[in-house]
Amino acid sequence: MKGIFRLAFKLLVNDKAKFSALIVGITFAVFLMVQMTSLFAGILDHSSSTVLNVGATMWVMDPSVQTVANSIGMPDYVLDAVRSIPGVKFAAPLYSGVALLKLPDGAWQAATVIGLDDSTLFGRPELIRGKIQDIYAENAFIAVYDSEFKKLGNPQIGSELQINDHRARIVGIAKVNVSSLFGLPTLYTTYYRALQYIPNPRFTISYVLVEPKTPRDIPAIKKAVAKIGYRAVTKSEFIGMISAFYKYQTGIGTNILIMTVISFLVGLSISGQTFYTFIIENLEKFGALKAIGATNNELVAMILFQAAFTSLTGYGLGIGLCTLLVTLAKVRLPSYASMITYFNLAVAFVMVLFIAGFSSYVGVRRVLRIEPFDIFRS
Amino acid sequence: MSGIAIKATSVVKSFGEGSAKVMALKGLEFEARFGEMVYIVGPSGSGKTTFLSVLSGILRPDSGTVLVEGADIWSMPANALAAFRLNKIGFVFQDYHLFPRLTTIENTAIPLILRRRDWDQSLREALGYLDIVGLKERAQLPPVKLSGGEQQRVAISRAIVGQPDFLVFDEPTASLDGETGRSIVRFVKEKVLNDRRCIIVVTHDSRIYEFASRILTMEDGKLTGTMPVPA
Ligand SMILES: Nc1ncnc2c1ncn2[C@@H]1O[C@H](COP(=O)(O)OP(=O)(O)O)[C@@H](O)[C@H]1O
Ligand SMILES: [Mg+2]
Repeated sequence: MKGIFRLAFKLLVNDKAKFSALIVGITFAVFLMVQMTSLFAGILDHSSSTVLNVGATMWVMDPSVQTVANSIGMPDYVLDAVRSIPGVKFAAPLYSGVALLKLPDGAWQAATVIGLDDSTLFGRPELIRGKIQDIYAENAFIAVYDSEFKKLGNPQIGSELQINDHRARIVGIAKVNVSSLFGLPTLYTTYYRALQYIPNPRFTISYVLVEPKTPRDIPAIKKAVAKIGYRAVTKSEFIGMISAFYKYQTGIGTNILIMTVISFLVGLSISGQTFYTFIIENLEKFGALKAIGATNNELVAMILFQAAFTSLTGYGLGIGLCTLLVTLAKVRLPSYASMITYFNLAVAFVMVLFIAGFSSYVGVRRVLRIEPFDIFRS
Repeated sequence: MSGIAIKATSVVKSFGEGSAKVMALKGLEFEARFGEMVYIVGPSGSGKTTFLSVLSGILRPDSGTVLVEGADIWSMPANALAAFRLNKIGFVFQDYHLFPRLTTIENTAIPLILRRRDWDQSLREALGYLDIVGLKERAQLPPVKLSGGEQQRVAISRAIVGQPDFLVFDEPTASLDGETGRSIVRFVKEKVLNDRRCIIVVTHDSRIYEFASRILTMEDGKLTGTMPVPA
């Protein structure tokens, strides 16, 4: 069998013009598919950055909240009510808002400020520099070392800035898992300091973070919270909600889906078309092989090999190209939201298999139908 | 050995249906022995290619039998028939049907590769046959770089590389000039024909009649008789 594959390989690769067209077609399709879906995965991931970074098991919020950045303030009694639900081990308020900073060089910069519960600091970040207790010091803020960190003027411990005309001092640098989608740097402080620094509407609790006693208490907590007119969701449900918001409420998802389908169709038609022409042009030769004594199975194996070889090469090149581009983009734009997930790779792989299968199906049908007699007669 | 190599009985073949039906072969009887180079000659459209295809296991007749070395080839299943063609028959098609993307030596080696022979071993054997047809120096060129006569010789080396008992030639000189055609057929007679081999040549080129062992005439789907071989 090895010899006929080598034969098939030479017939394919030696036809340089067609082979390059095939490879370019598939590479292009894979590149577009992976690029689109990775961008989308990246956006979804970054859009949930706060939820991922804070890491609470459950979040209580106003029922109208669609995404973590747009919180709706809740009155203080919600916190007390949640604390009194039987399955709740503990609950802490979280403040999330945007403040205007004035940097030492005089420039203005918006930043997300997250206020952690003063007594528990629940949801606190991991520090790379400084001590978490310093968050209680006067005017203390912790800067998050993410891709937006330099927008704060690369502060050190002890650096000072102004937040809404109040003095603020950096006491620690925190590490994060995921940068935010919106290009804003993030500062952590205590809940009450956040309220002092940022002008607020009547209700000030953005979220209540809940730790249930056991995972089995989650459904009961949800029900109890619903009874007081609010909503409790688990971390993954919240991420799902945010994803759904970006997918279905913003047009990003639909556009990406359309682009993915288009790139698939373009790849399918370029590769299918080229492979078909390749088979048609070699039809006589396949007929001659059949006359000489190649069986139908052998001819089918040769075509499948050619299709598989082209698709896998195109797949590899497409992924490579995409990785290269994402990496380059991230060098220039550290917060570039693109994430090549295994799922994306699998989706592109399935599509490539489909393209290969479709192209070879068309080719195989033609080759099975050739009558070697017609070759003989010409 | 000069026993019966191939024997065809009452071979009938038609194409098409109804009023468009063409009777291409109208009940042919045919016999050839090892050591012979038999010609079938006749005007264009008389059914020569059709008959050659039936004899060589490429085209199934409507009725009649073909015994090759005693085996009834048209009662074989498809894969056995393919194996029969691969192992017993060397084909030289009218238009050669060489692969333009392969080198001359790879073209020659194809029957060996289809027999699952090791690639390098196949090429080594093929080189020997290219040497026989005088094209050893051309081994690494693609066929398009060769002249018509050279391409014909590549087709011959491909046909004989597997040492088949039978060789079938369809109009071997149709696209060659007179002298080249004659030299190629002379070569086949002197170097390729032997007494363990049977060669069937279909042609209407009278310039090569002198190399035949026997000449049968064909007209309108029937073998009509024999013709003396010119000196
Ligand atoms: N596939 C086919 N369909 C219809 N008619 C055919 C087909 N093949 C051959 N014929 C007809 O059968 C006859 C014999 O053809 P062929 O064997 O090619 O003749 P020759 O080789 O002597 O020129 C011709 O009339 C030809 O038109
Ligand atoms: Mg003919």
